[in-house]
Amino acid sequence: MRKHTMGLLAMAAASALALSACSGAEVGEPTGEDTAAGGGETIRIGIKYDQPGLGLQEGDEFTGFDTDVARYVAEKLGYSEDQIEFVETISANRETALQNGDVDMIFATYSITDERKALIDFAGPYFVAGQDLLVAADNTDITGPEDLEGKNLCSVTGSTSAENIKNDYAEGVQLVERPGYADCATALASGAVDAVTTDDIILAGLAATEENAGKFKVVGAPFSEERYGVGLPDGSTDRCEEVNTAIAEMIEDGTWEELVASNTEGADYTPNADLNPPEQDACE
Amino acid sequence: MDDFLAGFAELFARFDVLGAFWVNIQLTFWAALLSLVLGTVLALMRISPIASLRWAGTAYVTIFRNTPLTIILTFTYLVLFSQLALSLSDTLDTTFFWFAVIGLAVYHAAFVCEAIRSGVNTVPVGQAEAARAIGLSFLPAAALVIFPQAFRGAVAPLGNTLIALLKNSTVAAAASVSTETSSLMRTMIEFRPDLMVAIFLTFALGYVILVIPIGLVTTSLSRRLAVKR
Amino acid sequence: MSASVLFDAQGPRGRALSVVGNIVATVAVLAGLVWLASVLYAKGQFSASLWQNAVSAEAWQSYYLPGLQNTLRSALFATVGSVLFGILFGIGRLSQIRPVRWVSGVVVEFFRAVPVLLMMIFFYMFFSAQAQWIADRPFAAVVVALVLYNGSVIAELVRSGVGNLPKGQGEAGLAVGLTPAQTLRSIQLPQALVAMLPAMVSQLVVVLKDSALGQFILYSELLRSAQILSSREQNPLQALVVVAIVFIIINWLLTVVAHRLARLLSSRTAGATVEGTGIGNPTAVAGGPVGGGPGPGAGGAVV
Repeated sequence: MRKHTMGLLAMAAASALALSACSGAEVGEPTGEDTAAGGGETIRIGIKYDQPGLGLQEGDEFTGFDTDVARYVAEKLGYSEDQIEFVETISANRETALQNGDVDMIFATYSITDERKALIDFAGPYFVAGQDLLVAADNTDITGPEDLEGKNLCSVTGSTSAENIKNDYAEGVQLVERPGYADCATALASGAVDAVTTDDIILAGLAATEENAGKFKVVGAPFSEERYGVGLPDGSTDRCEEVNTAIAEMIEDGTWEELVASNTEGADYTPNADLNPPEQDACE
Repeated sequence: MDDFLAGFAELFARFDVLGAFWVNIQLTFWAALLSLVLGTVLALMRISPIASLRWAGTAYVTIFRNTPLTIILTFTYLVLFSQLALSLSDTLDTTFFWFAVIGLAVYHAAFVCEAIRSGVNTVPVGQAEAARAIGLSFLPAAALVIFPQAFRGAVAPLGNTLIALLKNSTVAAAASVSTETSSLMRTMIEFRPDLMVAIFLTFALGYVILVIPIGLVTTSLSRRLAVKR
Repeated sequence: MSASVLFDAQGPRGRALSVVGNIVATVAVLAGLVWLASVLYAKGQFSASLWQNAVSAEAWQSYYLPGLQNTLRSALFATVGSVLFGILFGIGRLSQIRPVRWVSGVVVEFFRAVPVLLMMIFFYMFFSAQAQWIADRPFAAVVVALVLYNGSVIAELVRSGVGNLPKGQGEAGLAVGLTPAQTLRSIQLPQALVAMLPAMVSQLVVVLKDSALGQFILYSELLRSAQILSSREQNPLQALVVVAIVFIIINWLLTVVAHRLARLLSSRTAGATVEGTGIGNPTAVAGGPVGGGPGPGAGGAVV
């Protein structure tokens, strides 16, 4: 029975696949596949589409710190603004997107970890964030993750910071997982949850949106170190060197500071000065 | 092959697959109960003498049958939890479980209502006429004559709705229920991508095992209960 | 509308009671709505900017319309695919050859039993790992999952459509010397397909609704676009209301089309036209018995 179903499944999947293959060709992706063949005509950069202050799709425009850094680096690599093509990469598919060649670089709050390094290369870091908490502006009793015992905490699906809090700081915290931060922010505004957690710069971006201005504050007690790197396909040592040079230059000429300030404006947020701006790792 | 089996055994030891199915079964059970009550009331409204009730019943069915379930379940989070801050339990997990039950029931009640109405359709006109002829007014006629026969005629479509409800309980993930099968399957595949086909088939077969008996039972029940005419 | 057989035309007292009942019910419903509105108002959900940003020209242009386009695109491909799949396996289930019949039966029953969401998540992850040549993998996963499920439902519609034709149709075909396969192809199937056309339109409603599950695998359909809009404007509730209304209007129109089609086509086939679970006459009993209709499998628009 089992064997049979599997065969049937494969058969059905194959026919369905053939079907979708046709559709793929017919409809075509506006984001075409001419990049590889075109000899560096355009560069495809993976970003987040739904994080205000970091990577946000605003109609045809893309805004946020990650996209600004991406533009700066791309320019240093010889790509003008209209040669950049931004593509949505979500946390779960970032490694695959690089491995498949869907994107050439990723700037998407992408923390450098050993696990990921086994699969892909990182340049950078270009920023060091820390997991932190966002609370209502008038809240005084939550000053760190230990204060969350028995409180409601919101995070996005797949984020590690809520797990970290539950495991290391407040076992009795009650977790809410949502697909996007806006769901968390509205619940925080109405008091249904007591805090939202993720990297501090993401929280700052969330607090700085027009609709949320003045309602929230970042607690400012980071409990982890998230070193944001530039994701590159495995074996891109040369490209990595180039990107690192560009990042170093960006920090040197004051652009880095400007970009951090402009993208977190209105959030009362300053990045951890001991770790920022960061020193770039050596390329492997 | 041994590696495969070992990997599979480890996976089962680590993740509570049966527990996840149990969550879906519980969601289905409570939502089925609630939607049966709500759906019966709606069906009664839709055939009642009072115009506003008929109108309200029709509006309910039109709205909820045409809204994707994902949206209804997202509303339970955005309205019931996020804005109204309703709490149905001490723990958030349980609260979200009941929100999901409410969302599922609200959606499927529209289909239960239509199933019962199709059952009412199987009752010959003569039955209603006879009920009126012996002096029964609307509610007694419905309760004593029409609905008992209508439910028997509606077993098959009600069974279909129950099957749909069981499968749809996976969408409870949209209402922040994170322990049900679709969420667990995703976590398991992320953990062992090399075993993804086997993991999917396990969950799929779980549903086949649950769904086919429901289908068989309702088919045989609908034959056995059908009013011989 | 003809008077229902369930109750007498109301006399003066009944009418007066009805009026009172209507008023009481309306007041009760209004009171509930006012309470809900007042809570939402207190929480600031009626802030003008939240709603303006949810219905602005830019929101439509940059988010809803592209999202709707993707929703419709996936629904279109899924519908065409499911009809092909359904006819293929529906015929398979009616085949004279036992293994073909058996295999088709297993496929159809299997895919009818597995939740669409599980299939979508699986195919998305499967394509990401094994079929990277597919450019738009979320789209492919949405379409494949919808085709497998809805195709199986349509296969059942085909089977019951042929089964519901009067026996004489098939017998006549055989009597004039056609083989069973020819009879099926040129006599039974065309009539069965006409009979089930309204049910297929109803099934389109199911396809459209289920395409919204694509948000779980980040297919940028209408619901997902609204999510991205709301991460910019911080108005998830308002954006969701807009999306819900769009879905309701489109699906309601499709239901009406299915209903019309069922009436229009009833003269074109010897079988009874099935319209899934359509919206019928409110006083249903007046229609008299409709027993012996399509099999249980024909219940279209559930899920």
